[in-house]
Amino acid sequence: MSGVGASQVPIAVVGFRNEQAVPQPLSQIVRADLERSGLFRGVDAPGVLDETAQPAMADWRRRAADALVGGSVTRLADGRYDVRFKLWDVVKGTELGAQSTVVVAADLRLAAHRIADFIHEKLTGQKGVFSTRIAYVTRMGKRYTLNIADADGEGGQIALNSAEPIISPAWSPDGRELAYVSFETQKAVVYVQEVASGKRRAVANFRGSNSAPAWSPDGQTLAVTLSRDGGSQIYLMGRNGDNVRRLTQSIGIDTEPVFSPDGRSIYFVSDRSGGPQVYRIPAAGGAAERITFAGSYNISPTISPDGRTLAYVSRESNAFRLYVQDLTGGTPMSVSDTSDDESPSFAPNSRSIIYASRAQGRDVLLTTSLDGKIKSRLVSSMADVREPVWGPYGR
Amino acid sequence: MTSNSTSFRPTQKLLWAALCAVALAGCGSNVKLDDKNVPVESRTVSGADSNTSGAAQSQVTPVDLTKNGGAGVFAGTGKVVYFDFDSYTVRDDARPVIDANAKVLAANKTAKLAVEGHTDERGGREYNLSLGQKRAEAVVRALTLAGATDGQLEPTSFGKERPAVSGSDEAAYAKNRRVELVTR
Repeated sequence: MSGVGASQVPIAVVGFRNEQAVPQPLSQIVRADLERSGLFRGVDAPGVLDETAQPAMADWRRRAADALVGGSVTRLADGRYDVRFKLWDVVKGTELGAQSTVVVAADLRLAAHRIADFIHEKLTGQKGVFSTRIAYVTRMGKRYTLNIADADGEGGQIALNSAEPIISPAWSPDGRELAYVSFETQKAVVYVQEVASGKRRAVANFRGSNSAPAWSPDGQTLAVTLSRDGGSQIYLMGRNGDNVRRLTQSIGIDTEPVFSPDGRSIYFVSDRSGGPQVYRIPAAGGAAERITFAGSYNISPTISPDGRTLAYVSRESNAFRLYVQDLTGGTPMSVSDTSDDESPSFAPNSRSIIYASRAQGRDVLLTTSLDGKIKSRLVSSMADVREPVWGPYGR
Repeated sequence: MTSNSTSFRPTQKLLWAALCAVALAGCGSNVKLDDKNVPVESRTVSGADSNTSGAAQSQVTPVDLTKNGGAGVFAGTGKVVYFDFDSYTVRDDARPVIDANAKVLAANKTAKLAVEGHTDERGGREYNLSLGQKRAEAVVRALTLAGATDGQLEPTSFGKERPAVSGSDEAAYAKNRRVELVTR
């Protein structure tokens, strides 16, 4: 983690009663989430504190904490866990909130992330994204997997295991499905897979390559890049691959479509003016308007869910760098100090971007705040990781 | 005793012979054998009516798909075309590969090739997938101009996902910017 926020809230997250006895270190997950956001600074908090306690505020003020968290976890007779916590305002000596939730063992991490979200929103006024998920691709030798993990990079599960490349994963707006491109039949084909059940369907398998799937905000339409009529052009289709109609008409390469959050426009990459640049076209069809002008090679556009910011990757000599641009007007700003950036994706609260890059000879996943000041590196494994996409709220 | 043997075992032979004898013995035939001379019909088994003079009617000519490592009719033709950086123009040095494969395709209407485009590792995955597709389509165009039929070819792309050689220097990049012709 690097970068210091303007004013971090000093918070003491004390060990939850009985958490040593359960599979997940709940208070540690909460503390790590809050610190990773860059908006909180963890204060030394030894021992255990449960939600029924009457903490001595003077003690915590001496430790320079502004906020205090304690809790407990109890295993129920049916094997589920009762997770409870309380948040105190140390300065005022008041309770700010408390919750209890019952979860199965597999959702203990989720319970901790939801506590961190509650605290984040209560103390900063901003909705947290700790309980959201990410999807990404790993490559180890000749084996590829599509993985789903918590937003902190932990708890990864394999959604697809393949001997051929997987690229361009895309979450459905309800978070229940992933679209992606698989080369399992020796060409690029777009599939949609239900996350919980593993059921999958090929939605685009026309002559040539089928790629770059993107969901409309209502989840009913997919934009894809097809080469069936020659070149690479953008088409729209129903979520099951029906009702295919062509959207772009150019002699160049048109690809990487993404819907605007209001569903009315589609941003995409086109090299119709020479090198690849970001353009915008009405989803109902019409003239395309160029959006990026700085630099000769701009790709991988993504729009923040609040519709305000465009993030993309720009090539400068041999370096590929992440840029953000205010869509209401403003110059593009570089937000990374690495030179192999790819595949940016916004968090659902529009405050962070996850992207892939290279560090120490490995592909890694990084997150950054929009001003580039707060960065973190998600836990990297032995495998190369790439193509991260941030899932929506709600699980 | 091999299980592949089609001959009967000795005991089975005896049994079968016995059965035949019984069957024949029990055959009270009511058909009189004609004792007139029955002309022996002469039937030409081979030669006169067949298209290939002298060829046996039982002839079978084998087709060995495993010959030449599976290349079949494409045996001996080059299989890779290389490209310059950011380019999908088929260079002059690809001529021998194009012509040799087009000739085979023109002579064998059921033969098919997958035409797979690739790029070097620099740049975005989707944009490179499209660039590889353009390279494949340029090769398909060159092949059809040289005598192949469109339906025998499918242009596809792996973008930068399947490099031929690893490495981040110009030598590796040059070997990865390519189109491969793959028998299907």
